Amino acid sequence: MLGRLTMSDIPYDQPIIMGAGGFMALVGAVVLGAITYYRKWSYLWSEWITSVDHKRIGVMYIIVALVMLLRGFSDAILMRSQQMMAHGGAPGFLPPHHYDQIFTAHGTIMIFFMAMPFMIGLMNIAVPLQIGARDVAFPFMNSLSFWLTAVGAMLVNVSLVIGEFGQTGWLAYPPLSELKFSPGVGVDYYIWSLQLTGIGTLLTGINFFVTIVKMRAPGMTWMRMPIFTWTILCTAILIMAAFPILTVTFGLLSLDRYLGMHFFTNELGGNQMMYVNLIWAWGHPEVYILILPAFGVFSEVVPTFSQKRLFGYGAMVYATVSITVLSFVVWLHHFFTMGSGANVNAFFGITTMIIAIPTGVKIFNWLFTMYRGRIQFTAPMLWTLGFMITFTIGGMTGVLLALPGNDWVLHNSLFLVAHFHNVIIGGVLFGYLAGFAYWFPKSFGFKLHDGWGKASFWFWLSGFYVAFTPLYVLGFLGMTRRMNHYDNPAWTPYLMVAFAGALLVTCGISCQIIQLYVSIRDRHLNTDVTGDPWNGRTLEWSTSSPPPIYNFAVLPHVDALDAFNETKKRGHEARETPVYSDIHMPKNTPAGFIMSVFAGLMGFALIWHMWVFAIIGFVGIFATFIIRSCSDDHDYYISAAEVACIEALHDSRVASLELTHVA
Amino acid sequence: MSPDSLVAHHGEFAEDHSHEPNNVFGFWLYLMTDCILFATLFAAFAVSRHQYAGDVSGRDIFSLRYVGVETALLLISSSTYGFAMINAYQHKLPAVVAWLCVTFLLGAGFVGMEVNEFHHLVAEGHGPDHSAFLSAFFTLVGTHGLHVTCGLIWMLTLIVQMTVMKKGLSTVYLNRLMCLSLFWHFLDIVWICVFTLVYLMGVQ
Repeated sequence: MLGRLTMSDIPYDQPIIMGAGGFMALVGAVVLGAITYYRKWSYLWSEWITSVDHKRIGVMYIIVALVMLLRGFSDAILMRSQQMMAHGGAPGFLPPHHYDQIFTAHGTIMIFFMAMPFMIGLMNIAVPLQIGARDVAFPFMNSLSFWLTAVGAMLVNVSLVIGEFGQTGWLAYPPLSELKFSPGVGVDYYIWSLQLTGIGTLLTGINFFVTIVKMRAPGMTWMRMPIFTWTILCTAILIMAAFPILTVTFGLLSLDRYLGMHFFTNELGGNQMMYVNLIWAWGHPEVYILILPAFGVFSEVVPTFSQKRLFGYGAMVYATVSITVLSFVVWLHHFFTMGSGANVNAFFGITTMIIAIPTGVKIFNWLFTMYRGRIQFTAPMLWTLGFMITFTIGGMTGVLLALPGNDWVLHNSLFLVAHFHNVIIGGVLFGYLAGFAYWFPKSFGFKLHDGWGKASFWFWLSGFYVAFTPLYVLGFLGMTRRMNHYDNPAWTPYLMVAFAGALLVTCGISCQIIQLYVSIRDRHLNTDVTGDPWNGRTLEWSTSSPPPIYNFAVLPHVDALDAFNETKKRGHEARETPVYSDIHMPKNTPAGFIMSVFAGLMGFALIWHMWVFAIIGFVGIFATFIIRSCSDDHDYYISAAEVACIEALHDSRVASLELTHVA
Repeated sequence: MSPDSLVAHHGEFAEDHSHEPNNVFGFWLYLMTDCILFATLFAAFAVSRHQYAGDVSGRDIFSLRYVGVETALLLISSSTYGFAMINAYQHKLPAVVAWLCVTFLLGAGFVGMEVNEFHHLVAEGHGPDHSAFLSAFFTLVGTHGLHVTCGLIWMLTLIVQMTVMKKGLSTVYLNRLMCLSLFWHFLDIVWICVFTLVYLMGVQ
């Protein structure tokens, strides 16, 4: 019944793991206790867990991302301290078995459960509002996507205390990840948590592609779409084209592990390089799935805080689209050392370098937007400036690695680790944090405290350079990645500096936590009454903060780029008495949550070979879906009178604010 | 936003939230992602197709006559589904159900023959764990068969919903029939590729 799960799979003898697990259990107990004490269970169930509102789903995605950021970052601190201590015969405090799980979990969590949910959260919050829509195309599917991601994240966290996580690195290359060399449950946890979240992401890709293609406000032609929406459109295309490859790749690895097949094994004709090719055919587009939305955020932040229109809108669109196309013809640069020959390597080296061109176009567009603008140095703007410098450096080290000759020397070294952190922290993370500060008032109706935001930025920026510049040097000194201990005393000083950098980043994260606390405590001081706290240019700022459930009482009509800015330029002539009509909205449903719980049960059961529970989970998923499909009661109408009432309340708040200003 | 932006645009937005056209469009996109899924499996098969590891090759185990019958069942089922759709647009529920039942039987026959083929291979000691070629063969053909099985379950669900639960041929159900139709024809196209690349090229 319980498969291979026994009491001995809980690592009682590992104080670090039990401590971390105990801490997580404690936090969980406090949160659950607080919900019970304040009697919020029914509120939580009806307003959040069953919600199909894209704004709520976006917030939940970002909560998952921030929690997992903390988890992934504690892994980073553990690795930095281990490498600082474990030299000259000293073993450090992490045995290899545990250390290998930590670097695997760090990479997996940061990409799949921090960056992806953060990005999808931002797109959920902003895209429907930017295109003047009332929801996404498939609201129920959106809820399902989120809960699949959340359940995947839960599985990763469960692996900490029940069993183990993979010890294979974040992409689980075979033959190491095959049953013969990884007989435990670690790789299975890895596979099933990523399969669940991967399917959720695929559904999100389809959902947002349909939303953007089909549900734009009247008059919003392709070339009037905000750049963030453009980047999400391209990201959705990349998701739809790349994630099926990931599903198949993990599927084939599972067949190797569960049914003894020979896709990637060393025996009977298996080919491990097929796995490496397949995983990077997904993995390189994945890099752009992450960075394009960050580019989109910067393209919103820079014009808003420079108080100018974006320089070179058309060039920005074409640059985004060319990066989308090029991202599919560079995957082999992740393994030049496969030895596919000089011509093949040269082709992939050149295509890789070509991507630097549209990216450079973007950098110059942002620079020219700032040129002669009245720049307001708010926290989102600082993240953007920090990005432009850091990402450019990261891009240049990327071009260094794109030369196959260089790559043969530097691959698998800390130079590579420094390079991809340079673009992922300096590009992706800074972008998402800029977007977080930028759209936070839209979601919650009050701004984040700017001072703590700036403090966090400076710690993150300096911490990044102190932590990763030494890693470039260590790469040149020949230090390979993922080392548990080493004998070269020349490396130790650099690793000590890197550890100091990680401590600076810790300060940055602490500032963000304090920022959240202070901002929530003083929310009445930073209230955003008008819905337009930054003097924004796009449609999401034309509705109240937080927006009403239907987003727009009357759907906007767009006749220019930066539609809301055009309205404001013409003055508020639109303040005539509007004519409201009934609004058609999707009903909340628990089906997405229930299906995901069954999916989580199925994943956990498959990991532990509990076949009965796996079948229950599998049948449960389909049964829930079929039962839901039997009902036609999926929507309702908000009456025109109710809309008028909600809008009047918002208008009176704005009017009272204007009165206080006059007084 | 123009000054008339506060006037409801009923004409332009009549179908904004009646998700029917979005459903079919979204389903097309899903099919394209499924297409990539199969493309990846075909690629894996192409890499592994000569890795016999001392076990059987395609020539040893494929019977084109058997697969020909299988193929015929699936291709005919595509036509019968077409007849169901023609009747659906004419709102003839009994005819729709009848043609769906014929389609179901043909599809079930296809899956049955495939299961039988797999069973024989495993029983004769040529299971998927014996060589990379066999792994890729079982996985590619099996994934297609799994898709057909899902289509059959979907078909059965629709038949029950339209008859027993008396949902009839409303717009919602017409769209669902349309999506299943796309799915069913898509699986036919995939099977033609499987037949060519796996079986025809395999017996050479």
